[in-house]
Amino acid sequence: MEIFLQFFLSGVTVGAIYALIALGFNIVYNTTSILNLAQGEFVVLGGLFMWLFFQKMELPYYISFFLTLLTAGIFAFLMERLTIKPLLKTGDPLLLILITIAFSILLKGLLMFIFGKDPYGYPPLLEGMPILLGGAVIQKQVLVILAFILLTMIFLYFFFNKTILGKAMKACAFDQVAAQLMGINISRMVMLSFVLSGIFAALAGILITPITFMEYDRGAILTIKAFTASILGGLGSIWGAIAGGFILGIAENLVAGYIHSGLKDAISLVLLLIMLLLKPAGLFQKEEEVRLKKL
Amino acid sequence: MFSIRFLTFLIFLVVAFLSGNSFAKEPIKIGAILSITGPASFIGEPEKNTILMLAEEINKKGGINGRPLQVIIEDSKSEETQAVLSARKLIEKDKVVAIIGPSTTGESMAVIPIVTQAKIPMVSLAAGTGITQPVKERYWIFKTAQYDRSAVEAIYQYLKKKGIKKVGILSITTGFGDQGRKALLELAPQYGIKIVADERYKPKDSDMTVQLLKAKSAGAEAIINWSVGPEQIIVVKNWASLKLGIPLFQSHGWGSKKNLQLAGPSAEGVIAPLGRIVVWEKVSDKHPQKPVLKKYYQAYYQRYKSEPGTFGGHAHDAFMMVVGALKKVGPDPAKIRDYIENKIKNWPGVTGIFNMSPNDHCGLDASSFEMVIVKNGDWEILK
Repeated sequence: MEIFLQFFLSGVTVGAIYALIALGFNIVYNTTSILNLAQGEFVVLGGLFMWLFFQKMELPYYISFFLTLLTAGIFAFLMERLTIKPLLKTGDPLLLILITIAFSILLKGLLMFIFGKDPYGYPPLLEGMPILLGGAVIQKQVLVILAFILLTMIFLYFFFNKTILGKAMKACAFDQVAAQLMGINISRMVMLSFVLSGIFAALAGILITPITFMEYDRGAILTIKAFTASILGGLGSIWGAIAGGFILGIAENLVAGYIHSGLKDAISLVLLLIMLLLKPAGLFQKEEEVRLKKL
Repeated sequence: MFSIRFLTFLIFLVVAFLSGNSFAKEPIKIGAILSITGPASFIGEPEKNTILMLAEEINKKGGINGRPLQVIIEDSKSEETQAVLSARKLIEKDKVVAIIGPSTTGESMAVIPIVTQAKIPMVSLAAGTGITQPVKERYWIFKTAQYDRSAVEAIYQYLKKKGIKKVGILSITTGFGDQGRKALLELAPQYGIKIVADERYKPKDSDMTVQLLKAKSAGAEAIINWSVGPEQIIVVKNWASLKLGIPLFQSHGWGSKKNLQLAGPSAEGVIAPLGRIVVWEKVSDKHPQKPVLKKYYQAYYQRYKSEPGTFGGHAHDAFMMVVGALKKVGPDPAKIRDYIENKIKNWPGVTGIFNMSPNDHCGLDASSFEMVIVKNGDWEILK
């Protein structure tokens, strides 16, 4: 039982990381129907710049925190204005997704250039020994991540459902022409969604670096895991991203624990396949709603 | 008219004199193929620095038997294809008499057929067993990095001394992890050790708690982890937070102060077989390697303001072997090869005490490692 609990809590640790990144995916998807596959690189950017401000320049935690988010916001802004905006009119989601991949490679190279190839880390927000839960341990930083997931969830829920701006952004994903006819400035909404998702990705980076360390090429694997989590829960659904992240993390660790650690990544692909075959809309979305979107 | 003729004559005379002079002092050329850029650049960088530093030192002292030494360094970009092209260039265009490198096992294996065909001695800086074995097919090839097996043997010898019989192993799914895992599994029976858990993890995995716990619950009395990079620090952190109560051993890839900084207090008590360059200050003054270690470390640190590490040490030993051969037998590839094979005996280098022979083109064994424990954030040699 103790061992099961530890496997489970390790799954929660990893799942929380996936869920937090998957949330950021949904912001861009909900506005543009495209996937920002540079999401993982923004997570890396968050972790590395936090190290730069907090450890290297020795600024206070909160100032470094906001400076990092600001940096990520600026990068995301530039990304959207320079690469997405000129091609948005083509209306081809596939083309735009490919552009985000290209940008992710560019960003990775840039981060390597600035920070080199070493892993970086800094102390977590809550220091001290891990917490004991009925014989199993969990790191305090995981609790911080869980708290931030909750805050992010509440924020996104109210933003997309209760504010004019959020609803306007959501409308863009369903029908850009109709949205435009309603007086919504599409270009601005898309820009905003990229900036927001960049900021949330950087937030994830800031929070996970004390646990996993951060180096320039960690982005791709984070993107893949978060993407899998989003698909599991249903792209565009906030609850889906959270649930998908935790299901994936816990499933991976239980398989690693009870079957073999070599099969850890296989299980995520098996889950993904089952989901796509049986319920492509994901756990938390209706088929009809999904069909309305472009992708 | 006469004056112009005279002038021309004078110029010719000077040119002839100069070129004649430089002809007598034509440099001896050796080549180096190093992974200066690309994913293995952390290996190639200290190697390049070391060779540049040593070559400069030798030329300052008047070169080799009066002739200057020219080292032509090629960047292989951590790629096999580029390493092969570099080897061709060094052999065909530059006509070097010996090659140092490449830095990684994959690149070394790719270059072996070319240097063997050209009959040029090569001293690789990588660890793979296949580089110098089977030794019959590796007539021209030597290497200065220890075998992975030697690191495993050093750990197993220590475990045997402590009476630990059951171990759990964790390894990363990369070439480094595969090699280490293979050696761990193969050598265990010879030391009466039973592997009770054989767990793997992938590069960039963020939590290894499950693997550690499984090994412990399978009855392991010690954990051996085989990886380099951030993953080995995560293992240390997980091990410390679980308070497993059994010792954690790391591979010889653990020997960097950066790892200690990143792992912080979690690293207390971690044991690993490390080359003496990492702990050179704590090596006994009576040890034959001590003067070499001290001289090399201090010169490197003074010039580059960073630690040379084990990789720089591999380059130092390869370079000094080739230079030693050149001093004794001159720039003849076949004679250089014979010299390294037969005359490098009890030769104290940075990596270990080398004993080359026709049956062993590496010349190092488990005694080139010290078992080192982390204590108060620093290394300490275990007796």
